[in-house]
Amino acid sequence: MPSIATIALIPLLPFAGFVLLGIFGRTALKKPAGYLGTALMLASCILALYTAYGYFFDFGKIHGAYQKLVPFQMTWLEFSKDVSINIGFILDPLSAMMLVVVTFISLMVHIYSLSYMKGEERFGTYYAFLGLFTFSMLGLVLSSNIFQIYIFWELVGVSSFLLIGFYYDKPSAVAACKKAFIVTRFADLGFLIGILVLSYYGGTLDFGTLIARLTDPSSTQMQAAVNASFLGASALTWGAVLVFIGGAGKSAMFPLHIWLPDAMEGPTPVSALIHAATMVVAGVYLVARLFPVFAISVPGALHVVAYIGVVSAMIAAVIACTQTDIKRVLAYSTMSQIGFMMFALGVSGYGGEAGLGYSASLFHLFTHAMFKALLFLGAGSVIHFVHSNEMKDMGGLRKLMPVTHITFLIACLAIAGVPPFAGFFSKEEILLAASRGNTGIYYMALITSGLTAFYMFRLYFRIFWNKEAGHDAHHGKEGGFALLFPLVLLALCAAGAGFIPFGEYVSSDGTPLHSEFDPVFSIAPVALGVAGILLASWFYLRANDRADRVAASLKGLYTAAYNKFYIDELYLFITKKVLFNLVGRPAAWIDRNIVDGAVNLVGNETVAFSKLIKKLQSGKVQQYAIVFLGGVLVLAVLFIYIWH
Amino acid sequence: MNGSTIIFYLLAALTIVCGVLSVSTRQIFRAAIYLIFSLIGIAGIYFWLDYQFIAAVQVVVYVGGIVVLIIFSIFLTQQAGELLPKQKIGRKIFSVLAVFCGFALTMVQVYQHAFYENDGEAVKPVVANIGKQMLSTKQGGYALPFEVVSILLLAALVGCIVIAISKKEETA
Amino acid sequence: MMEPGLYQILFISAALFFTGVYGFLTRRNLITMLMSVELILNSVNLNFIAFNKYLWPQKMDGLFFTLFVIAIAAAEAAVAIAIIINLYRSHNSIDVENAEDLKY
Repeated sequence: MPSIATIALIPLLPFAGFVLLGIFGRTALKKPAGYLGTALMLASCILALYTAYGYFFDFGKIHGAYQKLVPFQMTWLEFSKDVSINIGFILDPLSAMMLVVVTFISLMVHIYSLSYMKGEERFGTYYAFLGLFTFSMLGLVLSSNIFQIYIFWELVGVSSFLLIGFYYDKPSAVAACKKAFIVTRFADLGFLIGILVLSYYGGTLDFGTLIARLTDPSSTQMQAAVNASFLGASALTWGAVLVFIGGAGKSAMFPLHIWLPDAMEGPTPVSALIHAATMVVAGVYLVARLFPVFAISVPGALHVVAYIGVVSAMIAAVIACTQTDIKRVLAYSTMSQIGFMMFALGVSGYGGEAGLGYSASLFHLFTHAMFKALLFLGAGSVIHFVHSNEMKDMGGLRKLMPVTHITFLIACLAIAGVPPFAGFFSKEEILLAASRGNTGIYYMALITSGLTAFYMFRLYFRIFWNKEAGHDAHHGKEGGFALLFPLVLLALCAAGAGFIPFGEYVSSDGTPLHSEFDPVFSIAPVALGVAGILLASWFYLRANDRADRVAASLKGLYTAAYNKFYIDELYLFITKKVLFNLVGRPAAWIDRNIVDGAVNLVGNETVAFSKLIKKLQSGKVQQYAIVFLGGVLVLAVLFIYIWH
Repeated sequence: MNGSTIIFYLLAALTIVCGVLSVSTRQIFRAAIYLIFSLIGIAGIYFWLDYQFIAAVQVVVYVGGIVVLIIFSIFLTQQAGELLPKQKIGRKIFSVLAVFCGFALTMVQVYQHAFYENDGEAVKPVVANIGKQMLSTKQGGYALPFEVVSILLLAALVGCIVIAISKKEETA
Repeated sequence: MMEPGLYQILFISAALFFTGVYGFLTRRNLITMLMSVELILNSVNLNFIAFNKYLWPQKMDGLFFTLFVIAIAAAEAAVAIAIIINLYRSHNSIDVENAEDLKY
């Protein structure tokens, strides 16, 4: 088992980078900022790999099951004998896996940014923010109690806010970062209430104790939580659903997803790190962390998770088919894939074979992190090359950017679920779990998976094929080593990660899950995926007007999808028209006329009264003396004859 | 009715009458002179009470110091023969009323109160005794108040100078 | 006629005190107001001496208080006259009504 210092250093190294670069990033360390941040990240990544390797192959497995280890725990705030806020680290398959994902993707992004962000005015600050984000995310992953996770949860939100708004002189970026912050903040309110409910009934904040108490039907806490009911559901269900709302906000689940596409205003590597691979899966992580509570005690809440997941996946896939900004396509694709993870958790049971969905979900999280980061970095490379986010400015780039082309293709194949790439295995497992759990969800997922293949290859063909390379020579070369190295490395992972027997290591109850591979079952999804690819190639391989004609014939649906089903407009309507008019205006009126009025009244009355008594302060000494004498006499009479 | 009593009442009459005249006359120089006589009357009462030292101090400091200072300031600020400005009649009436009430109240209280006169062994208030106790640091000694008062006098001295100087600089 | 004693002296003292108060209240000239204050202080002194003589002859505390009051009165008169003369310089008058400006 590695020492506490080893584990502590994993998040603290990026934090050190944040502190150093935050203070000196604009002055002394401006030049080497990128190398410093990357070096610290590399060290952190190596430690994380070492820890995870040790956990999975050395000390983690006891009696055939992976244990939840808490190598370090200290009391931070003690409220009462039972309830205290601790700071600690948790090591279990989930957190060990996440450690690897976060540090690895973060390292790739650090390296990639060396080239991508070169010459940026606030280069040092950028790396400082990256360090802060990585620190927060690692802290979140390692949190041993629900309150600590909340702290890091918010820190992650803040660093995401900072990074989306990195180009703060661009109004759209400012609007996007505010939107992201407000929407997730709104969801976090639900999370906070959920924490309070769960910890109130559980009587603890610690994950291990909480889960043990809230999954044991005979425990007093569990009975209290089940018996307390509110609006027809038990307190426990409410707590779980509220926690899930927090997760849904961070993970951009419908209907709280509106911030994610706008968040693409941030620098592209940031999108790869935060809005594709790590932060947005925090919601999945959270549900997975509390999975026993969901699965054993509140199956109702788990159904909510499943349906919200699958609906998000489907809607996002449809919208992704119509978008023309390549980063937005990827954003909706991310949302769709997270939907897959969510409903995989939702259809899963706890323990043994029933826990297939859990393993599948986290497997997909793992592989998705690889290929989605790759897609974003590839898109970044393309954007870097053509200086535009729009598909119409691209096309025929395959000869100009060979490395990007090949790696992007691998990522697309992976996400489309074509064997033997990584996405195939994880998606198969998810679909298998769904088919066992809920047939309705399974069919929706199947269609979505076909759509996924279609929109990803639409993207691929529009970027790299379609038009013939009419691009001028002024675009120059593809990019340097720092830009291409992460692409290649991630492409290798995206191609090979599927062969990891993931269920052996990460499963709902810690015991290895032997997932059998069923070639018959795979026929349908793969066929759908291939069909999607062929359809996309028919539309987009060569420049033609087929797509436009189909779009015209499906005008209503197409326009609705292009406009993201008007969800943003709906929110605007609700906030601007309904909230502002019905709540804001009366509140403003009350504030102006009653609250301010009361304050003004006090002020005016004071002024009036002071004017009244101002005359007493006349400066006429003799008047004072007379009043004084009169007062003394009156007091003398009073004291001598009345109060004696 | 002996000489001592007569002298006392004469002194009392002098003091009160001159005091009243001092606050009522409209010629400021006369007010100062009446004040001198009132103070001298008080000094006489001190003599009558056999407190020679205090009587001497009263004459030296008050009559010889303070009143002379007042007269100087009158010379500095007042044209000769000018009458003092009249006070508003309402203020006068109210003041007389208040003063009379206060006086009546005080006298009623004084006469209702039975003072316990102490006929014990008296300490002679001669200069030797006063000096010993004034500079004694033992119990009942007044060395500390003496020092405090001397500091106060010094402060007053400095204060007077400061007030006088600052004005000159301003006008210069 | 009564034998003069404590009560007679207290009467003189009270009369002198209220005479002083009356002067302080009605005089408009600052110097005459200062003179009224001197009268008040003297009445107090007289009280101290009288009480010392008749009620507490074994000690001389009243006497000392009188001494200190005289000393302080001297200091007070000096400062007051300095202020009055200063006021006269700036306002060319020592009417108490003009001193109202000092409140600002």
